[in-house]
Amino acid sequence: MALTAVFFYLFATLAVASAAMVIVAKNPVHAVLFLILVFFNAAGLFVLLNAEFLAMLLVIVYVGAVAVLFLFVVMMLDVDFAELRAGFIKNAPIGVIVGGVVLAELIALFVARGAGPVTTAVKGSPVPSGVSNTEALGLIIYTKYVFFFQAAGLILLVAMIGAIVLTLQHRKAVRRQSIPVQVARTPANAMAVVKVAPGETGMPAEPKGQG
Amino acid sequence: MNELLMGYLPLVVFIGVALAIGAGLMVAPFLLAVNNPDPEKVSAYECGFNAFDDARMKFDVRFYLVSLLFIIFDLEIAFLFPWAVAFKEIGAFGFWSMMVFLGVLTIGFIYEWRKGALEWD
Amino acid sequence: MSDWTANIWEYALWLAATVGLSLALLVGLLIIIAFLLLMDRKVWAAVQLRRGPNVVGPFGLLQSFADLLKFVLKEPVIPAGADKGVFLLAPLVTAVCALAAWAVIPLDENSWGRWVISDLNVGILYLLAISSLGVYGVIMGGWASNSKYPFMGALRSAAQMVSYEVSIGLVIITVLLCVGSLNMTAIVDAQRLGPGTMVGLPGSIFDWHWFALFPMFVVFFISALAETNRPPFDLVEAESELVAGFMVEYASTPYLLFMLGEYVAIVTMCALSAILFLGGWLPPLDIWPLNAVPGIVWFLLKVVFMFFMFAMVKAMVPRYRYDQLMRLGWKVFLPLSLIAVVVVAGFLHAFDLAP
Repeated sequence: MALTAVFFYLFATLAVASAAMVIVAKNPVHAVLFLILVFFNAAGLFVLLNAEFLAMLLVIVYVGAVAVLFLFVVMMLDVDFAELRAGFIKNAPIGVIVGGVVLAELIALFVARGAGPVTTAVKGSPVPSGVSNTEALGLIIYTKYVFFFQAAGLILLVAMIGAIVLTLQHRKAVRRQSIPVQVARTPANAMAVVKVAPGETGMPAEPKGQG
Repeated sequence: MNELLMGYLPLVVFIGVALAIGAGLMVAPFLLAVNNPDPEKVSAYECGFNAFDDARMKFDVRFYLVSLLFIIFDLEIAFLFPWAVAFKEIGAFGFWSMMVFLGVLTIGFIYEWRKGALEWD
Repeated sequence: MSDWTANIWEYALWLAATVGLSLALLVGLLIIIAFLLLMDRKVWAAVQLRRGPNVVGPFGLLQSFADLLKFVLKEPVIPAGADKGVFLLAPLVTAVCALAAWAVIPLDENSWGRWVISDLNVGILYLLAISSLGVYGVIMGGWASNSKYPFMGALRSAAQMVSYEVSIGLVIITVLLCVGSLNMTAIVDAQRLGPGTMVGLPGSIFDWHWFALFPMFVVFFISALAETNRPPFDLVEAESELVAGFMVEYASTPYLLFMLGEYVAIVTMCALSAILFLGGWLPPLDIWPLNAVPGIVWFLLKVVFMFFMFAMVKAMVPRYRYDQLMRLGWKVFLPLSLIAVVVVAGFLHAFDLAP
């Protein structure tokens, strides 16, 4: 048990410390790298809760996909970060207010739910043996919570369409490769045999497409 | 410390050992090899030219779109894992429920394809 | 008090054993990779009718070790404009992530001795998570160098690795449907029974997943090439366009760590295909002389076979163009593997074959 506590405090401290670094890091790329560290520590905490599937998913989805997007965005922004920093003090009160409200809400939640019937029920429920974490999730997501599952599918659909609507722009005058056309090319439509008399160029009257 | 966590402990040790090997290799030349930088040696390589400006520049929004689409498909795969594991137990209902889910996302995929979001130019 | 000290001794013993086991696996892996690297160069040379490295040691066998020595004694150059911390972190991340994957790969049956460092319930997910981290080394290296070629190489490779991860994930799902567990050992054990045993043969290569899921095996192999930036998908370091991609500014062991990470990732992919499709440590035919051979021998033979395929592809296939690469990933492999998931699931459901 002592070892679990050691790891808990290790992960928790690192998570909070790197979350603080996300905010104070001068360079936004460093901030994203610290964010990745936060995700890792959160995954570690999930493992300590025996939620191994969620831990792996956190790494796969957040570290492997979402943070890559963040890095892209941060690398893409070609703005003067020193200038951006200048607004830090000016906007600090707003940040403090928002943070304070969120903190108050979280405290309220803990006070209200901490000793409530739900948590005690969860604490009291036995950990099923012989059923792995992933399987336990699989048994209920697709049957008991089918509507939430389908709603998740619809949200993903909206996200997909939204991403395309927002970012897709076609460049004009780009020659694309069309593989069916290339495959369907035969000697008949690609070359011409001409008789060339001495002294003539042998070029056909009009060129036959782009070779 | 329950059994599940005991399974993860060797993993931590293993990653620690891997880190030690990596860090050892990384530090070795700083201790062993000559270190004699001069301005030409440490300038950015640009095929013999002097670097014109900062190398970090704006790039095509397309890379952004690819990673957005990747997040969505990655989530789809994440939903498939528990399904594959519990495939037998959840029976016909679970099977068809996933087919509907995949169907919805296939609509998105077809939209993507028709819009030309998968073309790279 | 004495109880407490006894516990400490027990922990210390356990820790020493685990560190020893980890070291044994990692050192063994690195030595095997040193020879596989030589094999890669030899195969490549043989295809081009050259001799390949043949000076250091008999038949050039010690070439990789000589290379290691040379790398360690080279001057580490850090570009002036580079972000030093991230610049040095990048190769370390690449190498450590690649090595960390080996913690869950079972080399043999656990019935005699311990052949896997940690037999996680979610082993395959762990592998997928770790392999999705490979992209960070590339992005960080490319960005931190503050040089144009590395930056472009990093962008390209990030988009490439990300694209092929989707099809790798879907292929793994099709295998998992036939297994019903995320545990690596369970995946191998599931291949004891298969189409071959159903028609009355003894356990043989026809029970392994490559036979039943052959198209997926092909998709997995090609995606693995793309995921590890191997030719014909080595656009990251396309020397005719980007000099050497994200590694341009690296020298000495930081470069070595990138290269090491790349080769470890390749061997991991070989091991993963051996486990998912080629029956891991199972013998090709479950009869006397063959099933008396230790499983690890079969496992290593399969890994070497897969590596040979990687090397042959490198030697024989011309490089893809970037738009063709993206087309293959998104327009061919993604729909193909998605359809395969539906077909495999439908088949298992219709004939009630699900494990």
